[in-house]
Amino acid sequence: MSSPATPPAPVGEPGFRINALTGAVATPARSLSAPLSAEINAALSASPRGEVAIDVNIPLLEKNDILAERNRGYFLGRGLAALNLVSSPGAGKTTLLERTLDEFGRRTKCAVLVGDLETDNDGRRLSRPHAPVAQITTGTVCHLDAGMIARAAQSINLEGVRILFIENVGNLVCPASFDLGEQVRVVLLSTTEGEDKPLKYPPIFKSAHLVLLTKVDVADVLGFKRDVAVENIRRIAPQARLIQLSARTGEGIPEWYEFLQTLVVKS
Amino acid sequence: MESALDAVRHQAVKHGADRVTRIVLRIGVLSGVDEEALRFAFEALAPHGVAAGAALEIETVAARAHCPHCGTDFGVERGFIFQCPQCHEYSGDIRAGRELGIARLEFSTP
Repeated sequence: MSSPATPPAPVGEPGFRINALTGAVATPARSLSAPLSAEINAALSASPRGEVAIDVNIPLLEKNDILAERNRGYFLGRGLAALNLVSSPGAGKTTLLERTLDEFGRRTKCAVLVGDLETDNDGRRLSRPHAPVAQITTGTVCHLDAGMIARAAQSINLEGVRILFIENVGNLVCPASFDLGEQVRVVLLSTTEGEDKPLKYPPIFKSAHLVLLTKVDVADVLGFKRDVAVENIRRIAPQARLIQLSARTGEGIPEWYEFLQTLVVKS
Repeated sequence: MESALDAVRHQAVKHGADRVTRIVLRIGVLSGVDEEALRFAFEALAPHGVAAGAALEIETVAARAHCPHCGTDFGVERGFIFQCPQCHEYSGDIRAGRELGIARLEFSTP
């Protein structure tokens, strides 16, 4: 070998990093830890000279995934259910949450972390004396990540909170790749969008536990074909529960609250 | 990729291997990782230290789904609509295709 060997990394340094291959944040992966070292040692001692091949199975967890798992444990430990609400801008996330805090939130304590690039408009819209709210402004970042959630969750008092709503940045692409440690991923599709949105942005729908078809009160006026949208959702996301609702008229809202109630841990 | 290689090198040195000859990654088609981008990063970063000249092999794992209605496991050729070839129902139960990791390392020892 002509080039000098790289100095070994200091012992105990956490993990290795993979640079953003998909244009995301830096991605440290899990360290080659004790079990692997043992495997290598065993393989090497069995065959002190020549070629050594070892089958390993080292998942390359992205930094965000590690932080997300940490969040999940934190939420679980506090007995609160976290929901990650994702949609295009303007699909009705904030309006739905306003109504939910005013009604459901009166009997079950809820909190909200809301993300936007700029302004705390949504945070202010959602502020209620009975519900802690934190606004995350991401600057230029098009999604929330698990690190932001960890910090934001610690900025509010979660005492007694049973449901934590995370209103993601309005975007149907990037949030799909960022696990926040939520228990339930909720994807909203509004009737002011095309019926074929699920076909055009499949990953986010593929990852949904619950799909909310919102603004159904104006579907007819808009010529929105609900049956076509429902079929498209079913083709891409057959695993997801579907609720059709309108935060304005209240249609479907009881079903949404029933769903939320099933997430509340009895304490 | 850079630090992955650092760790591979570090481990190889630590365990007395003088050269890493092959790194095999296992990448699922649904993992969101682009194989071309990965190879580009590897070529741009790899060739120094104990991993100099190591071959990068990528095992691509195709998407497979499980039909919750009739129990059939089936492969998915492309796209995100997983339709069972037996009963034509749609499935959201992904059984393979999200893998992202190191599957195998090959060293030569002095």
